[in-house]
Amino acid sequence: MADADETSKQAERNTNVGDGIAVKKQDIARAKNEGKELTKDEKQRLRKEKKQQKKNKKDDKGESEHENVPLPPSQAVVQCQSQKVCTSEKPAKSKAEQRAERRARQEADRAAKGKKGESAQQPPSGKSKAPPNELQPVVKRLPEHVQVDDPAAVRKLAKKLERQQIPVRSEYGYKVSLFSHLHQYSRKAPLTQQISIPSTVIHPYIVRLGLQYSQGIVAGSNARSIALLHAFQKVIQDYKTPPNEELSRDLVNKLKPYISYLNQCRPLSASMGNAIKYVKKEISNIPCLCKEEEAKKQLLSCIDNYIKEKITLAATTISAYAIEKISNGDVILVYGCSSLVNHILCDAFDKKRKFSVIVVDSRPRLEGREALRRLVKKGICCTYVLISAVSYILPEVSKVFLGAHALLANGYVMSRVGTSQIALVAKAYNVPVLVCCETYKFCERVQTDSFVSNELDDPDDLMVTRKGKIHLENWQDIRQLGLLNLVYDVTPPDFVDLVITDLGMIPCTSVPVVLRVKNVDQ
Amino acid sequence: MELQAVLMAAGGGSRMMELTYNTHKPLLPVGNKPLIWYPLNLLERVGFEEVIIITTKDVQKMLTPDRLKLDGKMKLDVVCIQLEGEMGTADALRHVQQKIKTDVLVLSCDLITDVALHEVVDLFRAHNASMAMLMSKLHEFTETVPGQKGKKKAGEQRDFVGVDATGQRLLFMANEADLEDGLTIRKSIMCKHPSMRIRTGLLDAHLYCLKRCVVDFLVENKNISSIRGELIPYLVRKQFSKSVNLPNNKDEVEMSQKMEGQTNLEILGSCKDEELLRLTQERSCWNDHHGDMSEAYHGGKVRCYVHIMEDGVCYRVNTLAAYIEANRMVSAPKLIEDPPIHPSAVISECTQVGADSIIGASCQISDKTSIKRSTVGASSTVREKVKITNSILMNGVTVEEGCNIQGSVICSNAVIGRNADIKYCLVGSSQRIEPDGECLTQAVSCNLF
Repeated sequence: MADADETSKQAERNTNVGDGIAVKKQDIARAKNEGKELTKDEKQRLRKEKKQQKKNKKDDKGESEHENVPLPPSQAVVQCQSQKVCTSEKPAKSKAEQRAERRARQEADRAAKGKKGESAQQPPSGKSKAPPNELQPVVKRLPEHVQVDDPAAVRKLAKKLERQQIPVRSEYGYKVSLFSHLHQYSRKAPLTQQISIPSTVIHPYIVRLGLQYSQGIVAGSNARSIALLHAFQKVIQDYKTPPNEELSRDLVNKLKPYISYLNQCRPLSASMGNAIKYVKKEISNIPCLCKEEEAKKQLLSCIDNYIKEKITLAATTISAYAIEKISNGDVILVYGCSSLVNHILCDAFDKKRKFSVIVVDSRPRLEGREALRRLVKKGICCTYVLISAVSYILPEVSKVFLGAHALLANGYVMSRVGTSQIALVAKAYNVPVLVCCETYKFCERVQTDSFVSNELDDPDDLMVTRKGKIHLENWQDIRQLGLLNLVYDVTPPDFVDLVITDLGMIPCTSVPVVLRVKNVDQ
Repeated sequence: MELQAVLMAAGGGSRMMELTYNTHKPLLPVGNKPLIWYPLNLLERVGFEEVIIITTKDVQKMLTPDRLKLDGKMKLDVVCIQLEGEMGTADALRHVQQKIKTDVLVLSCDLITDVALHEVVDLFRAHNASMAMLMSKLHEFTETVPGQKGKKKAGEQRDFVGVDATGQRLLFMANEADLEDGLTIRKSIMCKHPSMRIRTGLLDAHLYCLKRCVVDFLVENKNISSIRGELIPYLVRKQFSKSVNLPNNKDEVEMSQKMEGQTNLEILGSCKDEELLRLTQERSCWNDHHGDMSEAYHGGKVRCYVHIMEDGVCYRVNTLAAYIEANRMVSAPKLIEDPPIHPSAVISECTQVGADSIIGASCQISDKTSIKRSTVGASSTVREKVKITNSILMNGVTVEEGCNIQGSVICSNAVIGRNADIKYCLVGSSQRIEPDGECLTQAVSCNLF
């Protein structure tokens, strides 16, 4: 009902505006024909009309998505004809009609395409556009890495990679149906199989980095970012501006295929994404008159500063804040191997706090062993359990420290799979959960579940050898069996009591504020 | 640039002098292609655009692209060395040190393999290794070797290779000849790698990826003359020697250098180790071993890796038996894309040419001949009623009517007279077998030693 009223009002407004436009345009056309300059008034009016026309066109598109298509062509025809009237004093009707028809067809196509794009998303988003007519409807595009089951998206990615001369990595194994929209690769089929051995298209450091990512030698959000920036430094050092090109534009284009390559080896993390954005911004801010050597030096020092500020100094700041929260006699529970949490605990131990640590670990990665090694080497008393024992051990725990892979804009914490379980059980036992995260890992994405966007690791990691027998060896032969090796999960902010960042100790819900402040700063 | 390829083609082929006294080893025909074609083809297939070939002057003359039948546009940079002085492979590498600007891939010209080269190079890249090499399971040669009476000589000295639990890290390498008192393994190795597999049935393919600092180290240490014999065992041992703590002042460095008389490999290598790489390793939650308190790679800067091929073709053609075996194996379609029977060969209709035989260009095979499991070289003539089985005929061989050749190797330009019966013989180059002759298990050539 409301829709109908509004659309009728809209139609009226359009026709009124159309007439108004026609009138004004005739005035202006007359003024032009008389050879006088357009007065300030008329210029303003012209500008306003153009704005109004644009808005009407957008509204038409928005409406036509949940209305029938015939409406916009008629409105478009109305507008077009009104415009056509003023541009030529003797309107050649056939020509005008043709043009109007063509424009109408174009509008219809555009509307139809918009409708198709929208239908991929959930229907509620269409309804939300109806009431506020002033809001411009934004076409949201899904990232490529969650559209693996859509052949059009896969083809688009293949075309893009072909243009950049990067090989496409082939999917591996049967995917569990809930996650069939994500990539799943095998570690035994590295991307280096398909590139030439002294790699010429891709810088050797980037090839090495991609290999280290896909084999898990460089793992962990901070390590990956540092390694990425180090590789970028090497690329910048070896870069030579081709003639007739500017460093600020060409270098960014050179980095794009490398980033695609690294994405194929292992999906980029949020921290890496932010680091890449920073580097690209720095490169494009290089003044044109800058000499190549100076520009390179400046970029290298920018990258060094970024690492120093956002990673190293941030870690020191966070551990200074966190130490206030660690008191003598605490039993602290940590999960997996987070470089930041390990750093905090080692610092606290150096400052003579007395506490003990419980390291919780989970298969198949078993990263807790590495955390355990580092803490015990320092001299901290540790206990090691698997995640299945977490509800048994939680009554003894006084605090839980968790690391994060990324902090999403709605306050959810994205971290290693199993973290949300620990947070849930801790909440049930009323144990405070503290998440430690640097601000450069804050990302503007919003996610409320772990299905929509995640990473699937090699399913063969789940195979285990006991007493010489490899269990699940022939899992591919059993049609109904799918192995799932998730990497990340999201924890809702209700389970997190405090987030310790280098800006201070904030509640989970303040993450969007931090993001807004960061954007304003930049 | 990432890797430069260096092909060692100056070897004399000392273990098969019967073949190499006339033809140089890199040019010996295997499956009607010169031996050097196989490693060059491997490099080309993988994507190398330039190769540095170290060889003698005589071979250099023959290394023109059309002779070599290379399809692609790989650039060959041939460097000559004199063969008078005994120049080892390490000496040769030192000789071309000026041309080497990045890490280097060293190959031997007698390697025939279809390995996926990225497996070796990936180990080299991913672990930032000082050395990565290729090894393969040793195949027993079953064919009777012509010209050798009786059983094979007691096999060559075995290699003992120790690898860790993953099968990739090289922990120990020694030849039987050096182990007179028994095999000793240092306790430090056992502490770091409690689980070690020692294998003996492995063939070293002589394919090494070496870091640039290793080449620089070779330049400084002139007493190392062979890569396989001295450099590789040195690198493997160096992984576990007590690491030199980087001294804070330069004086200590110089003093220790003077005392040792050698530039320390680690000092050369670790200067390149950068702060950010160290930071990355510190923040990464990966370790290559579990169960003890040390960090990844036990903090060692020198690392050696090996890729062991379990299946696939890998031969080193340095003995007569290997030469014959290689000729058999290359008829397998994996290595050669050309059809086994060259299109320009003239084969008359009543002949039987087996599917596993290779006929070279411009051959003439007459009626009623039967060729099974054999290789006939280019421009050879085979007359009527000849039976050739399990044999290798090189280029320009003439076989008159009625011959029976079995299990033999006939070198280039030899002439076999009519009705000759040759079994398990090696006929040298340009020799002539009299008609109605009978040769059984002997080597016929002019300059026998």
